[in-house]
Amino acid sequence: MNPRDKVASDERSATAPSAGVDAPNSVMWAIRDSWNEATRHLRSIPRSPELLMFTVLQPVMFVLLFYYVFGGAIQVPGSYAQFLVPGILAQTVVFGSSFTGVGLAEDMSKGFVDRLRSLPINQSAVLVGRTLSDLARNSLGALIIIVIGFALGFRFNGGVVDGVVATLLFLAFAYAFSWIQALVGLSVSSVEAANSAGFIWMFPLTFVSSAFVPTESMPGWLRQIADANPFTQVTNAGRALYAGTDPGNSVWIAALWALGITVVFAYLATSKFKRTSH
Amino acid sequence: MPLIEASGLVKNYGETLALAGLDLEVEAGMVLGMLGPNGAGKTTTVRILTTLLKPDAGTAFIDGIDVVAEPRRIRSRIGLTGQYAAVDERLTARENLDLIGRFFRLSSSEAAGRANELLDRFRLDEAGDRLVKGFSGGMRRRLDIAMSLVARPKVLFLDEPTTGLDPRSRLDMWDLIDELQREGMTTLLTTQYLEEADRLADEIVVIDHGLVIARGTAAELKALIGGSKAVIEPSGATTLTEVADALASVRGGAEPTSEGGAIMVPVRLGTTTPDVVRLLDAAALAVVDVAITSPTLDDVFLALTGHASDAEVSA
Repeated sequence: MNPRDKVASDERSATAPSAGVDAPNSVMWAIRDSWNEATRHLRSIPRSPELLMFTVLQPVMFVLLFYYVFGGAIQVPGSYAQFLVPGILAQTVVFGSSFTGVGLAEDMSKGFVDRLRSLPINQSAVLVGRTLSDLARNSLGALIIIVIGFALGFRFNGGVVDGVVATLLFLAFAYAFSWIQALVGLSVSSVEAANSAGFIWMFPLTFVSSAFVPTESMPGWLRQIADANPFTQVTNAGRALYAGTDPGNSVWIAALWALGITVVFAYLATSKFKRTSH
Repeated sequence: MPLIEASGLVKNYGETLALAGLDLEVEAGMVLGMLGPNGAGKTTTVRILTTLLKPDAGTAFIDGIDVVAEPRRIRSRIGLTGQYAAVDERLTARENLDLIGRFFRLSSSEAAGRANELLDRFRLDEAGDRLVKGFSGGMRRRLDIAMSLVARPKVLFLDEPTTGLDPRSRLDMWDLIDELQREGMTTLLTTQYLEEADRLADEIVVIDHGLVIARGTAAELKALIGGSKAVIEPSGATTLTEVADALASVRGGAEPTSEGGAIMVPVRLGTTTPDVVRLLDAAALAVVDVAITSPTLDDVFLALTGHASDAEVSA
C-alpha cells in the first residue's frame, strides 16, 4: 500500500540505517536516549563560562563569605565550618537545580525541543537526560564545597560511609529539585521567566531553615516553619552524619522528601512535556 | 497514493480557529509550497504532520501511516526544520549531526560517517569542528537542514526556511532546496513570500484562515492576478485613459486604477519597463516615472479573498 517505489530518495533509504527505530520502545533504548541527551549537556558545560562560573565559583564564594563574615557572629555548637558546610551544600545544590528549568526553557524557545520531539526517541529521555546532566554538574559543585570545607576544618567525623551517605542525600535533593525546575521551565514562556520563576522562591525556602543558623534563634512562628522545611531536615541529617552525632529520624525524613518530590514532579513534568507535545 | 495525505484538519487554540478543515496532498518527489500570511495555519499544519500537535479533528497520513495513531513510526520517516534554526550552539556542527545520528540508533561509525557526508555536502566541512555559537544565520540554517536529513527521511518539512536570513544566505538556501528537489526529496515548504514559492515549489497551495483557498502552479496563481502592474507617475495633463490606451497592447486582465497621483495599469507577465516607456513615448505622453511591480502575496490574496493578507485580518 505504500507508494515507496516512486521516490528517488527511497532507493537510498532501502540501505538507510533507520530500520531499527521502529522497534518497540525498550528500556535499554530509553536509557541510551537519556544518555545521549545527557551527554549533549555535559559536553557544553566546560564551554559555557557563565555556567562553569556559577557551578565552581559560586559555592567557593558562599563558603568563604559565610565562614569569614558570619563565622565569628553566629553561635553554633561545635566548629562553624562543620556547621556551615552542610548548609551551603543544601543551598548550592538547590540553587544549582534552577539551571534545569532555564536550560529547558532555552531549548524550547530555540526550537530544539521541537526537534527532539520530532525524533523517534523516548520522549521522557529529554527530561531524564537533562536532569541527570544537571545532577552531574551539581555533584561537581558539591565536591568543591567539601574540598574547601576540609581546608577550613570541616571533617567526616562520622566516618567515610556516613559522609558519603550525607553527600548522596544532598545530591538526591538536588535531583528532586531539578524536576521541580523542569516543571517550571516547561510552564513558562521564556528563559527570563524561567530564571525568575525558578529563583525567587528559593531564597525564603533555603534561608528559613537550619541551613545557615540554628532555628532556635528564630521567632517562634518562623521557627515552626523552619523546622517543617525539608531543608532543615536534609541539613540536620547531613550535619549529624558528617559530625558523627545521632541524626534521629532526619535521614529517613529527608530521604522520603527527596523521593516524594522526585516522584511527584517527575510525573508532573513528564505529563506536562507530553501534553505540550500534543 | 500521495505521500502526505491530510483531510479535514481542524485545530483550535482556545477561541482561535487555527485550522478550519484543511485538506492537503503531496505527491512523492514534489516540493509543495504552502503560501500564506502569519497566522494562516501553515505552522499548525506542519506541527500536526510532524506529530508535535494533535488535531482536534481530521486525519493525516504520511507514507500510509496514521500521524495521530503511530507518531513514532512517522518520526522515523520525517525531517523537520522549524522556524528557528534548532541547533545546539554549545556543540560543534559535527557533534550536532552526530547527536542526531545516535538518536536514530546509528552505530558510532555510521553516525560519524553520515556527519562527514553531510558536513561536506552542506559546505560546512571547514567549520565542522567549530562551535555553532560562532556560525552565521546562513550556516546555522544549513546545519539545521543537514540535521533533518541525517536519517534520510522520506519527507522533509521546511517551515519558513529563509525567514530572518540575509539576501545572500536566502539565495544559498534556495540553491540547496533546488538540489534536494532534483534528488527527488518530497518536501513541504511553508513561506510568506510568493517569490520564494514561485522559485522553489512545483505546486503552491495558498492558505488563509486555516483553509486551502487555491492550489496550482506559480504561473496559474499569477494568472489569477493577471500578471504584473505598471506604475506610472504622470506629468502635467496626462490622464489615466490616455495611459491605458497607450498600453493597450500589453495590458492584462484588470482595469487600470489610480492611487495618490500614480496610475496603475495591470500588464501581462514579462512586460518590461522599457516596453512601457516606448509605448508611452510613441503616444507622446509626458510621465515622470515608470516602474513594473511583480505580483506579491498581497496581490494573490487580494485576488483570491478580496482582503489583504495583513496580520490583523488573519491573526
